[in-house]
Amino acid sequence: MMTLSRWKVMLVVLAALFGVLFTVPNLLDPQQRSSLPGFVPSKALNLGLDLQGGSYLLYSVDTQALRSERLTNLTEDVRKTLTDDQIVFSDLGVVNGALSVRITDPAKLTTAQNALRNAVGAPLAGVAGGRDVTISTEPDQRLKVAFVPEAFDADASRAVEQSIEIIRRRIDQLGTREPNIVRQGKDRIVIEAAGESDPERLKAVVGQTAKLTFQMVDEGASLQDAAAGRVPPGDELLASSDGYAPAYVVKKRAEVTGEMLVDAQPRFDQQTGRPVVSFRFNGQGARRFADISSQNIGRRFAIVLDRKVISAPVIQSAITGGSGQITGNFTEQTANDLAILLRAGALPAPLKVEEQRTVGAELGADAVRAGAISGIVGLAASAIFMVLMYGWLFGGISIIGLLVNGLMIVGFMSMTQATLTLPGIAGLILTLAVAVDANVLIYERMRDELRAGRSLIAAMDSGFSRAMATIMDANITHLLSAAILFVFGAGPVKGFAWTLSIGVFTTVFSAVLVTQILLAWWFRTRRPKTLPIA
Amino acid sequence: MKFWPLIKVLPVKTNFRFVRLAKFFAPLSMLLVLAALAATLYPPKPPCFGLTCGIDFKGGTVLEIATDPKPADLGQLRHALEGMNLGDVQVQGFGSPSSAMVRFQTPEGASAEKTAEAVKARISQTVSPVRFVRTDVVGPKVSDELLTKGVLALGGAIFLMLIYIWFRFELQFGLGAVAALFHDVLLTFGLIAVTGIEFNLNAVAALLTIIGYSMNDTVVVFDRFRENLRKYKRMPLGDIIDLSINEMLTRTIITSMTGILALLALTVFGGPTLFGLSVIMLFGIVIGTYSSIYIAAPVILLWGVRRGEEETAPAKPAKAGP
Repeated sequence: MMTLSRWKVMLVVLAALFGVLFTVPNLLDPQQRSSLPGFVPSKALNLGLDLQGGSYLLYSVDTQALRSERLTNLTEDVRKTLTDDQIVFSDLGVVNGALSVRITDPAKLTTAQNALRNAVGAPLAGVAGGRDVTISTEPDQRLKVAFVPEAFDADASRAVEQSIEIIRRRIDQLGTREPNIVRQGKDRIVIEAAGESDPERLKAVVGQTAKLTFQMVDEGASLQDAAAGRVPPGDELLASSDGYAPAYVVKKRAEVTGEMLVDAQPRFDQQTGRPVVSFRFNGQGARRFADISSQNIGRRFAIVLDRKVISAPVIQSAITGGSGQITGNFTEQTANDLAILLRAGALPAPLKVEEQRTVGAELGADAVRAGAISGIVGLAASAIFMVLMYGWLFGGISIIGLLVNGLMIVGFMSMTQATLTLPGIAGLILTLAVAVDANVLIYERMRDELRAGRSLIAAMDSGFSRAMATIMDANITHLLSAAILFVFGAGPVKGFAWTLSIGVFTTVFSAVLVTQILLAWWFRTRRPKTLPIA
Repeated sequence: MKFWPLIKVLPVKTNFRFVRLAKFFAPLSMLLVLAALAATLYPPKPPCFGLTCGIDFKGGTVLEIATDPKPADLGQLRHALEGMNLGDVQVQGFGSPSSAMVRFQTPEGASAEKTAEAVKARISQTVSPVRFVRTDVVGPKVSDELLTKGVLALGGAIFLMLIYIWFRFELQFGLGAVAALFHDVLLTFGLIAVTGIEFNLNAVAALLTIIGYSMNDTVVVFDRFRENLRKYKRMPLGDIIDLSINEMLTRTIITSMTGILALLALTVFGGPTLFGLSVIMLFGIVIGTYSSIYIAAPVILLWGVRRGEEETAPAKPAKAGP
């Protein structure tokens, strides 16, 4: 063991160089880093959101809403199909999450079933029947139309993918630093935005469904009656934010929807100078809008965003150009945001914030400073303690091991861009402090062996090899608990686990190889007769 | 006589009768564990029982606000939030005089996010200037999941350690080690309960780290113990345990000291966020060192251990070491 094998020396020197090379970028400021030549590592430690400031948002897609929307659409499809085929029916509605309808003429039951089979639902791979709905007969001349369970899963999955796409489009237009958007599990989306971005604005842009509809105001209905619960059939009562009325009674039927928009831009109204959002329809939308506006001159229509009326203008004349503007109660920024939302499209289902963690950049910087100070103080204290215990030579060797270890950890974390979090800094400090354990185990073993009457070289040799088994055992326990942390932990805790795991490997490496080489070197050059610690 | 390096001054060979003292310490530990258990479980209110639950596990919102240059007026803040029907609202100073922390739970049926926004709006109206330097909102679904994960992680870690020690040593050793782990974890829970340190994800991370370090200590003592079992086949078990612990005492003290020094620095300079984590780990290292000596080893003594009986049967072949 106490021989200086060339490959071991090479390995240690290489590891130390590697550590230095990858650690150095952390000492430069971003400008210097970016001016480094391409072959030099230029990545600094990847600081977690808790250290650099930023927002972590966990959204879940409201699958319940998705489900009820699917059922509503199915109801309308069934109604239309049966009406078109002139099959008389009654009692159409949702019972226990499935659709139930009574066919009045028992003879038409099979016809109705066949008609529905062809008309409703959509193809779905991997299920019996190949469609996402099943149609079965029930007692009392009833038909039951139900979605297969996989249909909802497929829906949710598609909704998550679409949502991510739409969120990405929205955020791109916001022009902030590129946030990280990933899917998590079945129905969740994680957004991580680093730096000084405004979390409230981010949330306003991401979280809004932005479902836009144009619905006619029911001029005949009384607002008081509707507010008291007497909403005329086919109408609905929607709250308003237009600044004129608290609510409007509008027709349920959406004449034109946001999907028919091709463009939306924030503008200023030429007469009033107030911020507005101008929009343009596609061909289908333009035709529909022209028809409706020409038929309803003098009446009001409501522009409804996420079931809230944002504007209810009176139709002055037929609007045939396919474009118009929304004169809501906007500020410059809300007009801008609404235009972004309309351009990017509506989310397929509402998103719900399940978890939000926002840390201001100043707080992050404070945390980094506190971590650095406590790290330096803690490690210096440990180093001084080691020198006090074992003297300059052996204490010094363990300090050199500690330095190599620290360089390797920081270098490795910089290279792999593993996230360093605040608890991770704590993990790092503790790992380094306790890394001297390996040295202590080796030294104590050598003293034991010497006391047992061995010669110096034999004691060093067997002290080393015998301590190895213990060092391995001891470090594997660390690795096990770090692995558990990694599997179960979330966010910052994962960073902690990762730091601990890297630390286990570098500790074993530096304790075993660095200590060994330095001791061997000392032995060779000084030819000592006794250990200074014995 | 030279006084440095200190290692020369320390007694070369100690002869403490640890096992005999275990008769005294074991019941004491047992009592403490029971007390800790009581403090942890009482009052029996889920999800965190006697622990001060962080929002990670019970859901809710934590806001950290800065009002500099003015000092934070906690009374004014409290007053502003009264009548918002938030239930249990905690307002406390945090770090500097111009910082405050506001913590509340989401009212039944309300949206955690909307509640947090309403509270922020209310604070902005009453206190000026104000900046929200940290906003943590945890919804009920996520907090349930985090709690489940945390409990599973702790259980899983202890179980894995049992398996590892069993595999690496013998079952008796594994049981001793797990007894020590339970001891450490429960006492630390007791500490968390008594001191009111927030029980959150960081606390679980700290507990898992303690499990790692307590095991580390235990394994080192066990290693020597196994070696001495083979070396001194006729020596009574209790004497072997004493011998092994004494032989490793210097190492145990030095390693604990370096860990303690680093954690002390973290506790003092690490800022309010790391304070809880550091204190828990500090306590854990001390307790872990103690339990390796007074819990893990004596449990083996209690259980007995298979030895190369009467020199006729060969000793269990060594799996590791020379």
